[in-house]
Amino acid sequence: MTSGQLFNLVTLGYFASMVLFVAFLATHSRTVAMLATILAYLGFAVQTVAIGLRWYETYQVPGGMGYAPLSNLYESVVFFSWTILLIFLLIDLKYRQKSVGAFVLPFAFLAMTWAQLRLDSSIAPLVPALQSNWLTYHVITCFLGYAAFAVACGVSIMYLIKVRKESHGEDNPAGGLVGLFPSAKILDDLNYKAIMIGFPLLSLGIITGAAWANYAWGTYWSWDPKETWSLIVWFIYAAFLHARFTRGWAGRRAAVLSIIGFGATIFCYLGVNLLLAGLHSYGAGG
Amino acid sequence: MSGKQSGIMTAVWDFFCSLKLSIFTLICLAVTSIIGTVIQQNLTRNEYLNVFSEKTYAILDALQFFDMYHSWWFVGLLMLFCLNLICCSIKRLPRVWRVVKNPMMTPSDAALQGFSNADVCRVKGQVSDLAARMETFLAQNFTVARRNQTEDGIYLYAEKASYARFGVYVTHLSILIIFLGAIIGNIYGYKGFVQIPEGGSVDQAWLRSGGTIDLGFSVRCDDFSVSFYDNSQRPKEYRSLLTVEDQGQVIVEKRPVIVNDPLTYKGITFYQSSYGPAGGEVMTIKAKVRDADKTQALVLHRGEQGLLPDGSRVQVADFTPSFRNFGPAARLQVKPPEGESYVVTVFQNFPDFDNQRNGELIFSLVDFDQLYYTGLQVTRDPGVWVVWVGCTLMVLGCLVAFFLSHRRLWVVLKEEEGKVRISLVGSAHRNQPAFELYFDSLKEKFRQELA
Repeated sequence: MTSGQLFNLVTLGYFASMVLFVAFLATHSRTVAMLATILAYLGFAVQTVAIGLRWYETYQVPGGMGYAPLSNLYESVVFFSWTILLIFLLIDLKYRQKSVGAFVLPFAFLAMTWAQLRLDSSIAPLVPALQSNWLTYHVITCFLGYAAFAVACGVSIMYLIKVRKESHGEDNPAGGLVGLFPSAKILDDLNYKAIMIGFPLLSLGIITGAAWANYAWGTYWSWDPKETWSLIVWFIYAAFLHARFTRGWAGRRAAVLSIIGFGATIFCYLGVNLLLAGLHSYGAGG
Repeated sequence: MSGKQSGIMTAVWDFFCSLKLSIFTLICLAVTSIIGTVIQQNLTRNEYLNVFSEKTYAILDALQFFDMYHSWWFVGLLMLFCLNLICCSIKRLPRVWRVVKNPMMTPSDAALQGFSNADVCRVKGQVSDLAARMETFLAQNFTVARRNQTEDGIYLYAEKASYARFGVYVTHLSILIIFLGAIIGNIYGYKGFVQIPEGGSVDQAWLRSGGTIDLGFSVRCDDFSVSFYDNSQRPKEYRSLLTVEDQGQVIVEKRPVIVNDPLTYKGITFYQSSYGPAGGEVMTIKAKVRDADKTQALVLHRGEQGLLPDGSRVQVADFTPSFRNFGPAARLQVKPPEGESYVVTVFQNFPDFDNQRNGELIFSLVDFDQLYYTGLQVTRDPGVWVVWVGCTLMVLGCLVAFFLSHRRLWVVLKEEEGKVRISLVGSAHRNQPAFELYFDSLKEKFRQELA
């Protein structure tokens, strides 16, 4: 069994879980929701094992010295989907809002599919710039932050759908796809909670990145596109956090800001590497 | 000051304190920052003219888009951001300070009615006995309370995590500290680079901003090497061996400096950042006398002449690290003590090649060493510690601000129509839903206690 095969299983598991979460919205069946959650847990467990296995495999390649599997685009995308599941399961444990799964699992499934089908999964030993413990701290904090923002984005989409339905049709009975959504108030609160988790993690991600840059290159901040975009993301969520306390900015505008924030996060993560040039160029392709 | 003037002053002050200004500034910073990631920064005029027309170039240049993060308007936005931070802290901090330092120990009934989490029980008994029981109750279920007696009755007050109210201000302060660190670094620090050939040393660095700066000591590169992963072009390690000498004394000797492991001396840090050929190789040449057990090895630079025991002079006329597919090769000019000079070609990979020439001396190329220079980034930044202090405060401040809340409980005991009226009132400065749940369970215990 290789880690690649296990990751394929994980992808299938997340796909099934996603379909079941959507089916839950349609059928309102508790059993379906339970199955979807169990599959999400199973997928997460297998993915954890697979990441461990890949770590082991990095020691097995000829000339390899072993490294935490967080060094190229493939590994980071896989780790990203793992962190999305982690944050989702934590929020599920605390708030038990099953319908959220239908809007969060797709992110994890898409990430895994893209990684497995389109990205280069070969194990390559680390170039000198990446040989640093800061790499591990930096990647883990950043991606936990990104995952929290992904959950916030999913919840914000739910919020917008919910509010729209509520304002449009009074004839809309408790049924329908939206019937099982948490109330707008809870969704707004979940959005805020997820960003509350994500923001300190993003800050820590930027700080560990700066510390590493200072250690490797002698500059903690050089306005390269990756750094700048991470700061843009930080500005957006800082605006979000302050918007919460301002009249007229909670609710709809906050949800929109959260979605824009996640869009910027994805651009910071992928767009910068694929479209712009900069210090993080080794993160692209692989 | 007239009323109108003070009205304007208040308006200006409120403007700089407002949350709307914070949101506006943050969004402006986010949007304008994009410009510098799309337009490459700090290129030369000619490089820009390859992309933009004269006219576009002139407009973008006037807007300082080519060095936008240092432009007057971006720095202006950052200053507005700081001003906003400072003003709203000045406005709100004293009030928060008062709440924490001088808590409402004996709030009026009106003040107590303002809190949404409350419960009341009426029981028979002595006020002082009940107060003692409630003190134990609070100590067991919350924390030790402070007791105050007034004419009205007995007030018990307990609080947790009052410092949580400062989390926001610590976070705001941390941003100012980070800016301060950056400013210190800009004024008192510098960024430069040196290139040292193997065996060479420097006591000056080139500044990125132009010019040179004296280091105050000398750095020698004893050796530079680059290694690759097995059978690949993938670099594994760049390594310089550096020796630092200060006033003739060796301070650091042959310290390996690799990427991610710099060398610091007297506040100046050297980072491995590049390398290149220093334009010279050293060849090890062996000359064997035919049919004798005599061998002589020479270590020669290109063009350098070496003397063999029989009086022949050898000079490396040419060298290439790869001659077609045959690997490293050298052409030697040999001048015997008598007679014509001749040319010999030797290959490192084919040590017996010169044997076929049937000369009196058999030459071979044993090894060669490419001479490199090492490129080091040289940085002095006395503000960097201030930045790290700011960063630490930011993370701590965020955690406190987001995850802790200042929780307060009051128990007020008053005599009322032969009974004692005991009210339990609670308040949290944030995360109300969680506190409501907590208060509900506390209310249950409170009623059981008094039942």
